[in-house]
Amino acid sequence: MSDSQSGTRVAIVDDMTIYNASAQKQQLLDALAVHDEFEIDLSAVAEIDTAGIQLLILVKREAGRLGKRAVLVAHSSAVREVVDFFNLAASFGDPMLIPAREG
Amino acid sequence: MDEITTVFVTESREQLAALEDALLQLEGSPEDNDILNAVFRSAHTIKGGAGVVECNFIVSFTHVVENVLDRLRNGEIKLNGDLVALLLACSDHIGNLLDVLAAGTPAPDADLAAEGSALLNRLQRDWLEKGSGGDAPSSTPPSARDEPLHSSGGGEVETDCWHISLRFGPDVLRNGMDPLAFLRYLTSIGRIVLLETIADSMPNADEMNAESCYLGFEISFASTADKASIERVFDFVRDDCTLHILPPHSKLSDYVALMSQLPEDPMRLGEILVRVGALTQAELDDGLRKQQAPPENDSADSAPQMPLGEILVEQKVVSPELVDAAIIKQKQVNDKRAAEARLIRIPADKLDKLIDLVGELVIAGASVNLLATNTGIGELIEATSLTGRLVESIRDAALQLRMVQIGETFNRFTRVVRDVSRELGKDIELSISGGDTELDKSMVEKIGDPLMHLVRNAMDHGIEAPDVRVANGKPARGRLELNAFHDSGSIIIEVADDGGGLNRDRIMAKAVERGLIQPGQVLTDAEIYNLIFEAGFSTAEQVSNLSGRGVGMDVVRRNIQSLRGTVEVSSTVGQGSRFAIRLPLTLAIIDGFLVGVGRSAYVIPLDSVVECIELTRDSNGRDYINLRGEVLPFVRLRELFEFRGEAPARQNVVVVQYAGLKAGIVVDSLMGEFQTVIKPLGTIFHHVKGIGGSTILGSGEVALILDVQALIQRCTAHETQRAEQPASIR
Repeated sequence: MSDSQSGTRVAIVDDMTIYNASAQKQQLLDALAVHDEFEIDLSAVAEIDTAGIQLLILVKREAGRLGKRAVLVAHSSAVREVVDFFNLAASFGDPMLIPAREG
Repeated sequence: MDEITTVFVTESREQLAALEDALLQLEGSPEDNDILNAVFRSAHTIKGGAGVVECNFIVSFTHVVENVLDRLRNGEIKLNGDLVALLLACSDHIGNLLDVLAAGTPAPDADLAAEGSALLNRLQRDWLEKGSGGDAPSSTPPSARDEPLHSSGGGEVETDCWHISLRFGPDVLRNGMDPLAFLRYLTSIGRIVLLETIADSMPNADEMNAESCYLGFEISFASTADKASIERVFDFVRDDCTLHILPPHSKLSDYVALMSQLPEDPMRLGEILVRVGALTQAELDDGLRKQQAPPENDSADSAPQMPLGEILVEQKVVSPELVDAAIIKQKQVNDKRAAEARLIRIPADKLDKLIDLVGELVIAGASVNLLATNTGIGELIEATSLTGRLVESIRDAALQLRMVQIGETFNRFTRVVRDVSRELGKDIELSISGGDTELDKSMVEKIGDPLMHLVRNAMDHGIEAPDVRVANGKPARGRLELNAFHDSGSIIIEVADDGGGLNRDRIMAKAVERGLIQPGQVLTDAEIYNLIFEAGFSTAEQVSNLSGRGVGMDVVRRNIQSLRGTVEVSSTVGQGSRFAIRLPLTLAIIDGFLVGVGRSAYVIPLDSVVECIELTRDSNGRDYINLRGEVLPFVRLRELFEFRGEAPARQNVVVVQYAGLKAGIVVDSLMGEFQTVIKPLGTIFHHVKGIGGSTILGSGEVALILDVQALIQRCTAHETQRAEQPASIR
């Protein structure tokens, strides 16, 4: 896993599964510590499981708590499907197909 | 031990105490679901916390306990005395495991582990495998549809879907199981109409472990499958999740029960209703809009906004019962929050430091007061007296901080009485009163052991076996009372039983045998009863109905005396005994009455001062005076402390009272009230009788604090002797 950090966009390039969960948690929290507003690019996430979804919930909640904004963008189809399945689209509140910047 | 673990241990101990309380209550009313839920919640909270601090031995033990509680809650097993005893033993074991964790040991030692597995085996054998066993799920068939339900109040809810409530345990992910996979599999036997993901139990980012699962789901599920098939979907995670399934058209009461069982704090009424599938999102939104709309439609002074719950009821979209349950739960959560917000935890040593400082302030204040009086400047004196009053208030407030109610200490005995009475085969009820009486925290801690001793003694030797009681015409059920109340600057704690009472003759015989009294010595009943507190009296063999436990009553008395307290016993043969412990309210600061003898100053605790009178000349030579027709023995401090020099022409008597006895203390001069910080005397002065401590006066001089109790005893003993001697000659 690596993060291609350009500006305020953090890209997750590995699967969001239990195997990467700890490292990704750190990556996301680090980003949250530095930026007041940033985007999480999910376009390269080919697989996501409950652990991954938990992380997204955590980051969203943590951002809300700190008065910051973490925006999920460019959801891959796998992410979109699972977010839909868990009925979390509304509580995440980010548009799922069009990247927030263009919208 | 890191901070999280410390917090976990502290909180778990509180949970355990709550668990124990609830279990004991449950024994009395086994049908009470609220109490059962409280038990379950406590166990659950401990398990959850243990998971967070990754203490696996507590998790695995508590897990099984929780399984049993769950079956109990689902009505699959019935509660009886054995199960309560077993669960209490389990709660003790969890306490021991917490000790292990607190000590920083990685795992319990062999003994403890053996105890744990023995308990687990019993739970497993007697309560988990018994009864429905493997086919447990199908024993509650999804037949709600066929039953006439309307009689149960509230009727059916509108939804025609199954309702599934799922909470996953923290380890599912680590065990290689993905909740997502199970939920997907669920869709193979039906359609998920509405799924709510609940992440409320997920802790803050720092504490959140990315590999633990914190999620729960509330699912509205349309399916023709039966309950057993739905349960089978989750077979692989049965041990790692909490699963509740409500069939379509379930009774409202089932939803109500479910709601009260769920671990989450329901944040908003609407959310709960959506979660349980009793309402659709649209209905909720409608309700919300109505609630927000009125300001526009109505005038400003319209009726107050209706709470959401009422609006929903009014529109008949949900039954009142359901809303009530949600409201009650929310209210409980709010109350709990409010109570938590009102309490601040602070380390005891910070408080002690504050009390010390206030003590110093009192002394410094006295010094300022003295200097101001010497200057004779009116304004200065006025200002210092105002300061003095404020210091007094601060002192009282600071001492109040240390005051705790004795109720908690008393409640611990519920368990003791229960266990010991079972052990002894006696039926004993404990009645507690005055639990809200307050006393100093340090006292509460130290009074536990002596109380325990008295209580055990009363049960062991005081209260007779049921058959003996019946034979003596008493109810078979014995009664033990714990009572506390305030009495003139002291707190009195009573332990009373309705047993056989003390056997006067046997105590006498024993005392003679031990050489404590001379044969033929004439003693009052009270004196005889108090012999049981003498060192070396008890322990050896069974004397009447007291003694036994290896620790004598003398230890009880010594413990209480070290708190500047006393213990007394009264007893009526055949009707029981009563032990009264009298303790000062606080150990640190008292209001004193300053008196002078020669050039020295002494302080008498103001609580015990009744009045002051002049010592008339004609009483010279005698050690008692006639106080309004009453004989008042007195002690001359001048003689007691062997002052040289002549007594002044006018001497005063300070009449003091303690534990119902009055005596006089003869002093040279009265100097008025004085706030006193008690400084303990060094150990070398330990056996000096009549002095309770020392203090520093405003002038910087030291004044000794008189131990009124010791002086009174000295006076009365003296007088009684004198009074008895002539009597025996006659």
